[in-house]
Amino acid sequence: MALYAVILMYEIPCLINYNCQQANDLRCIIPTKPRCVSSYRMKRVKGDEDACSSSSEGPTESCKKVRKLQPSKEKHQEEEEETDVDLCEFGFDWALLPQEILLNIFQFLPLLDRAYASQVCRGWNQAFHMPELWRCFEFELNQPASSYLKATHPDLIKQIIKRHSNHLQYVSFKVDSSTESAEAACDILSQLVNCSLKTLGLISTARPSFMELPKSHFISALTVVFVNSKSLSSLKIDDTPVDDPSLKVLVANNSDTLRMLKMSSCPHVSPAGILCVADQCHGLRELALNYHLLSDELLLALSSEKHVHLEHLRIDVVSENPGQHFHTIRKSSWDAMLRHSPKFNLVMYFFLYEDEFGPFFREEVPITHLYFGRSVSKDVLGRVGLHCPRLVELVVCANGLRPLDEELIRIAKRCTQLSAIGLGECEVSCSAFVEFVKMCGRRLSQLSIMEEVLIPDHKYNLDEIHWEVSKHLGRVWFPDMMPTW
Amino acid sequence: MVGNTIHWFRKGLRLHDNPSLKESIRGADTLRCVYILDPWFAGSSNVGISRWRFLLQCLEDLDASLRKLNSRLFVIRGQPTDVFPRLFQEWQTSQLSYEYDSEPFGKERDAAIQKLASEAGVEVTVKVSHTLYDLDKIIELNGGQSPLTYKRFQALISHMDAVESPAETITAEVMRKCATPISDDHDDMFAVPSLEELGFETEGLATAVWPGGETEALTRLERHLERKAWVANFERPRMNANSLLASPTGLSPYLRFGCLSCRLFYFKLTDLYRKVKKNSSPPLSLYGQLLWREFFYTTATNNPRFDKMEGNPVCVQIPWDRNPEALAKWAEGRTGFPWIDAIMTQLRQEGWIHHLARHAVACFLTRGDLWISWEEGMKVFEELLLDADWSVNAGSWMWLSCSSFFQQFFHCYCPVGFGRRTDPNGDYIRRYLPILKAFPAKYIFDPWNAPESVQKAAKCVIGMHYPKPMVHHTEASRLNIQRMTQIYQQLSCYRGLGEHRAQPAETTANSLKIRLESLEESKQTPITNLIGNNIMCFFYSGRGHAAVKRSSEDLTPGGSNKAQRQTSN
Repeated sequence: MALYAVILMYEIPCLINYNCQQANDLRCIIPTKPRCVSSYRMKRVKGDEDACSSSSEGPTESCKKVRKLQPSKEKHQEEEEETDVDLCEFGFDWALLPQEILLNIFQFLPLLDRAYASQVCRGWNQAFHMPELWRCFEFELNQPASSYLKATHPDLIKQIIKRHSNHLQYVSFKVDSSTESAEAACDILSQLVNCSLKTLGLISTARPSFMELPKSHFISALTVVFVNSKSLSSLKIDDTPVDDPSLKVLVANNSDTLRMLKMSSCPHVSPAGILCVADQCHGLRELALNYHLLSDELLLALSSEKHVHLEHLRIDVVSENPGQHFHTIRKSSWDAMLRHSPKFNLVMYFFLYEDEFGPFFREEVPITHLYFGRSVSKDVLGRVGLHCPRLVELVVCANGLRPLDEELIRIAKRCTQLSAIGLGECEVSCSAFVEFVKMCGRRLSQLSIMEEVLIPDHKYNLDEIHWEVSKHLGRVWFPDMMPTW
Repeated sequence: MVGNTIHWFRKGLRLHDNPSLKESIRGADTLRCVYILDPWFAGSSNVGISRWRFLLQCLEDLDASLRKLNSRLFVIRGQPTDVFPRLFQEWQTSQLSYEYDSEPFGKERDAAIQKLASEAGVEVTVKVSHTLYDLDKIIELNGGQSPLTYKRFQALISHMDAVESPAETITAEVMRKCATPISDDHDDMFAVPSLEELGFETEGLATAVWPGGETEALTRLERHLERKAWVANFERPRMNANSLLASPTGLSPYLRFGCLSCRLFYFKLTDLYRKVKKNSSPPLSLYGQLLWREFFYTTATNNPRFDKMEGNPVCVQIPWDRNPEALAKWAEGRTGFPWIDAIMTQLRQEGWIHHLARHAVACFLTRGDLWISWEEGMKVFEELLLDADWSVNAGSWMWLSCSSFFQQFFHCYCPVGFGRRTDPNGDYIRRYLPILKAFPAKYIFDPWNAPESVQKAAKCVIGMHYPKPMVHHTEASRLNIQRMTQIYQQLSCYRGLGEHRAQPAETTANSLKIRLESLEESKQTPITNLIGNNIMCFFYSGRGHAAVKRSSEDLTPGGSNKAQRQTSN
């Protein structure tokens, strides 16, 4: 019996590596009648070598094999009597499979397959309801009119609320672009009264539909979780109408445990609101917010003695309307932050018009990851080279028509940690690019450059540059190519 | 024994490099070239009028060329499975030939015909000539799996046998011993139909920018090569305002319908390169256009769901939005972004747009702005684009929407900036959107930003005469890059958050908790798994379903398949 379990465990992970479609084929390994399972297994055990080799061939191969076996499974169903004889010979009873092994196996199965398996026998049915299997749940709320993806079945949602809500600890909601879905998420949230969540994620998969809800409705649902949880550690509520008073509730109930807070693009929160979180939640290590919430006070609060080291700070700098003015952050505040948390990552996403960069990169900033979503001028990139000594990763989606030669070389020279760079609609001359790569050398672990970016010059054409760059990187490198249709 | 042959034209609408036709003529006493067309299908299908016109012109041209050989084209109305048994009997056929079709639908259809033929005792001749290589051999070389990246594909190609030379053109000499029985009522029974006959309204239809047919294709090929020889530059031409317009040297629709043989093009290019570059051996990049096409044919040939997201093993499942209204605005060129609308107008009018223009509109529809499924865009292209082929169209859309093949997704084309960079004067916009003609270049790509006085002077008030932009691009691209990041993170750090099955092998409650936390983006995972922390990283370290292959492929770009398998074992 142990042998079967081992083989089951052995095969399932290698299938799971593959995509959902193929993983669904697992169903043929665990059909509803245990007898079929065993008869099918018998065969496999006899061909033990076969089982071993299939795993080393990678996921597809083994999937194919499983598929091929499907018809034979049906055949066995027809030959049930014969299988029964087999079973007696081996003296096997699936109901005796120890719960911990069953749990282990169940953990690898998609919910639907666990549900099928739960119909096998009383023992498996009990296993289906083990709290360990219900700690983590992702509610998918989609409407057929607005999404291509399936939704979590309403009956399942009901059952979870009824039987497992006290087991839930790690919960996320994936919501499509319709308001109904966001509303449904709030309805579920407000029913989670007897559970203590550690993680809550509200994820808009298309348009930010939580923003379309009446604010009060959203807030009252969210605060149910805040009040009942008491030990919330991770919270991801980007693009939602969360506001200052609800953050106060969060802090009042979860200040000791909160470690991660992601709230990019939450327009109803004020700098004072987030400051309150930073002041009270000393365990906060990871924070994502928009630039308008970033203040000197916030940085000082995060770098207070009581506060643990910050690990990640993500800032989205977004322009609401062209020509917007942005405040500046004092260098001394960044310095304080850096003294307090010398290893923290500062990730900044810029979505600005070219003329709005005035206040940025005038003084040293401890940015590690920098993303320019819109066109950015040569001048700004020049300043990046001067003022971002901790830069690890740089992505420039677009730039004007003039090549970025000097800017890149300056960045290579001054940003000695730089290990990843991505260039979209930009231009760089081939020789400047080779020079850049030569200066950075092998520490450039990612180099994603559109083929169009590189302008051939007297020294290198596009075929030569691939060799030259590969040489300096110590690995084979190609520019990213686009299909010519 | 009398040999009566039928050659069945589908793609490959040409007499040059047509190996299956050539083979079937050998030893045959009679030859009838047929094209089977379902008039009912014409009216109801998703294929637009430009594409039908192109096809009919190809057929006319083919018929004209066959006349010169004392033969004719037989256009037969009906379904192949109904038509052939009848023809086999009526014409006492002993042999059927056609060009190999690599696409899943075509393979299925051909298998049915093959069965009918063998039942009727008809011998079938099939040859590969729509692609450079026998695609199954490429897949065999890759260990039985389709390559998932273009780089891998290139590596495989470099290990393939040389491309076969084009077959000899069908001439009177080749046809010497082979006659075509033509009845007096041939034109009544088998003539190429007109657009009207197929139920299309042709009033006000402008003349074709891309006239169909083999004759036109060969003229264009000569022009294409002359221009290349003249500039003596074999790199991909850099894009400018001019390259946006239909070029008399453009070849893609002709390759699509097989009016031009890809192998002929391949060898002519090679010869020219050798001549100009003094016998140095040509780089793969010389054949870029042909190889991309070949790549998509290869990836699609064994994947009947290649044109769908659901159930397609090479396609990342992305929670696209369903939004018919927004889709219609895009398809009809009413987005309010002149750059996008001009491209869609050109596509509708002429049936062709530059490949970077395709990227621009595809990015706008999918991951860039509207977050609408690539399948919808693909369908619109299928209707309008002359060179849209099932494999190439679906493959390119997956590529452009970052649904497969793993390209950089951090970069979205700006529907204002990209156009302005390409066509600073805005002439392209004025050509296709005359309503904006009087706007100064400064505002023509974002006319909503023009002061009212400028709009009035241009006689085009935004919101009245031309729509306001349908999305706030900055906001949309911010959201969408976030969504994309989310999706790729899930692929890489944790296979299928949506599948609830990522629990670990360890059973102790504690380790379970840790793993669950890590899955919830908490502390246990390395930096690369945290949101936005490493903007590009996850798709490199990707361990999602198809990404597995990518990483191992990239380790051995020049290596043979054998070497790759050893490293992975």
